[in-house]
Amino acid sequence: MENITLTIDSKTVTVAKGTTILEAAEKLNIKIPRLCYHPDLPPVSACRLCVVEIEGDRLLRTACSWKCQDGMVVSTRSQFVRESRKMALELLLSRHPMKCTECVRNNFCELQDVAEQLGIREIRFDYKERKGELDLSSEAIVRDPSKCILCRRCIQTCELVQSVSAIGLEGRGYDVWVDTPFGKGINDVACVSCGQCIDRCPVGALYEKDHTASVWKALDDPTKHVIVQTAPAVRASIGEMFGMPAGSLVTNQFVTGLRMLGFDKVFDTDFTADLTIMEEGTELLGRIKNGGTLPLLTSCSPGWINFIEHFFPDLLPHVSSCKSPQQMFGALAKTYYAEKNGIDPKDIYSVSIMPCTAKKYEASRPEMTDSGFRDVDAVLTTREAAVMMKQVGINLPELHEEEYDEPLGISTGAAVIFGNTGGVMEAALRTVYELVTKKPLENIEINAVRGLDGIKEAEIDLDGTKVKAAVANGLANARKLLEKIASGEADYHFVEIMACPGGCIGGGGQPIPTSEEIRKKRVEAIYKQDRKMEIRKSHENPAILKLYEEFLGEPNGHKAHELLHTHYVRKSVYEKAEA
Amino acid sequence: MQDLGKVDEIVKSYKETKTPLIYILKDVQKEFGCLSDKILTRVAKTTKIPLSEIYGVATFYSLFTTVKKGKYIIRCCNNAPCHVKGSKEVLDRIKEYLGLEMNETTPDNLFTLEFTSCLGLCAVAPVMMINDEVYGNLTPEKAVAILKDYKMKGQANA
Repeated sequence: MENITLTIDSKTVTVAKGTTILEAAEKLNIKIPRLCYHPDLPPVSACRLCVVEIEGDRLLRTACSWKCQDGMVVSTRSQFVRESRKMALELLLSRHPMKCTECVRNNFCELQDVAEQLGIREIRFDYKERKGELDLSSEAIVRDPSKCILCRRCIQTCELVQSVSAIGLEGRGYDVWVDTPFGKGINDVACVSCGQCIDRCPVGALYEKDHTASVWKALDDPTKHVIVQTAPAVRASIGEMFGMPAGSLVTNQFVTGLRMLGFDKVFDTDFTADLTIMEEGTELLGRIKNGGTLPLLTSCSPGWINFIEHFFPDLLPHVSSCKSPQQMFGALAKTYYAEKNGIDPKDIYSVSIMPCTAKKYEASRPEMTDSGFRDVDAVLTTREAAVMMKQVGINLPELHEEEYDEPLGISTGAAVIFGNTGGVMEAALRTVYELVTKKPLENIEINAVRGLDGIKEAEIDLDGTKVKAAVANGLANARKLLEKIASGEADYHFVEIMACPGGCIGGGGQPIPTSEEIRKKRVEAIYKQDRKMEIRKSHENPAILKLYEEFLGEPNGHKAHELLHTHYVRKSVYEKAEA
Repeated sequence: MQDLGKVDEIVKSYKETKTPLIYILKDVQKEFGCLSDKILTRVAKTTKIPLSEIYGVATFYSLFTTVKKGKYIIRCCNNAPCHVKGSKEVLDRIKEYLGLEMNETTPDNLFTLEFTSCLGLCAVAPVMMINDEVYGNLTPEKAVAILKDYKMKGQANA
């Protein structure tokens, strides 16, 4: 790699060719202010806050996109630079409502941060409201264009990370705004509710639909038996909401915190993740044996389900009929658990804590009422769960450790790895291998499906039957796989897809900020939890075996089908427009 | 009923063009009168370009419209040279004559009134454009006389 030496603020630095000035400055511990820059996305140079002065250049250049050149002399601190940045920021602030204390992003807002960094004390321009209306159409995501600073990170995320392109930049000049085509609600375009836009929004223009108020109401109601399930990925990230470093694993402190909030029972989505493996593994083996539609595509990630319903409806027969672990839990809580404990299911209020915004939408789907009630009543994101704890002064890092309640809190290492990309595949292979070969799997850590690569492939030998598997995370990667499947080019048996980069640990409901580095640390925490578990294979979970024995019968049996399986809907906007 | 097959034909005719979107939208608007939701959704489907991007282009250029406009679109220049030469008085008289505010269309769907940026004809300011025709050296009276002609022409063809 060719190296380049340049001078930034009188200091010399050597970097690889292709490095931007912003990255080079970082090596010298100079943090150039930025708003539209995000490490996951290519620079668009929209906010003009990172401008720097280059000797011999008449114009200021944006450090986020300007590449270093040999011998370049850069100032990130000249008067011209400071004044230009301040002007750019004041212009942005003059179109921001400044209702910070009532904003969901109060205290973790990049606009606040950068205003502090630049020492803004007054804004020389009058406030003028931005164009666009508050969009409450979605069950998952709220859009408030009045707070938008036009950084375009949401648009880029939707287009490049997710290949969804539900929103775009509309209009021109001073009146430009971010919107859905024809100003329709986000619910009426091909939005998949993944919430990746929220993770990358620097301000409060995008956030999840609030469920904390309804959860508080249920907790306050003495006639309600309020239970909660926690998704695998949340234990590996919620600590960040309390200032802990990324990768802090807080599983049992989190359980304590939820008890303190007043939940009657603290259960684990991991329990039904194990159940998913039993159901989906059985479905896979059935399809292989009986010549069913292959590859089988996983169905745990509701953002992904929305994606295939919108963009590849013809491939829906490939998708496993298994509900996601959240919804399996919901259906069992108001049937199996209610029966076993003599509780009237109508008095049960079932809450889930998810790293995800699409889960809010999923819980509201009309199909998700097989218990005779709405199976999951409320879905809190990781962020919302932390907010509830903060509201009553619970400081998670200081709590002691408690255990999940039985039986819906008993789980295995195979379940917890559902929280990151490759985990469902690995968990399934651990079980399928042993069910088919009747031999113990020697090395249960299947490295081929681990890691943050967008697409991974593996092959496993089941006593002569070779099973070809693929794993994709991030919907742009999923699209590539689907196109191969649609064209008949791919000959996989089993494909795991998670909508978000890195899987659920990088979900749209997770603590902000997100980056490759943060996702890596969360993944490490998930595998650490896996290694800590006494049992690491789903089919060895005693509570699951008991559930089949006492209640469900056989995997994929009649009762299992009734409660744990679902069907999908064609949602193509093209089909809708011409219907 | 709109024949959306026409959209596909237009898209197909630009098969060899490198970045054809603006040409396609221009032809589609000519064919259908405006770029409605249904029409742009079909463009998106046929071109495989995301609808949000197409809508962005359609709202960026002032010559594209997503809503149905009048048969004659009057575009009055509101830049400085025209202003100095009395474009405001001309515009006020046009508004009064047609009973319109900016961006409105007459009930008979004949006229839509809009602003335009500089047309590059400052030598004959103030100017206005009606569809593809340009009119310069305007006075309030002259402008109304031109509109009267259009009105007669429009009603005769109705």
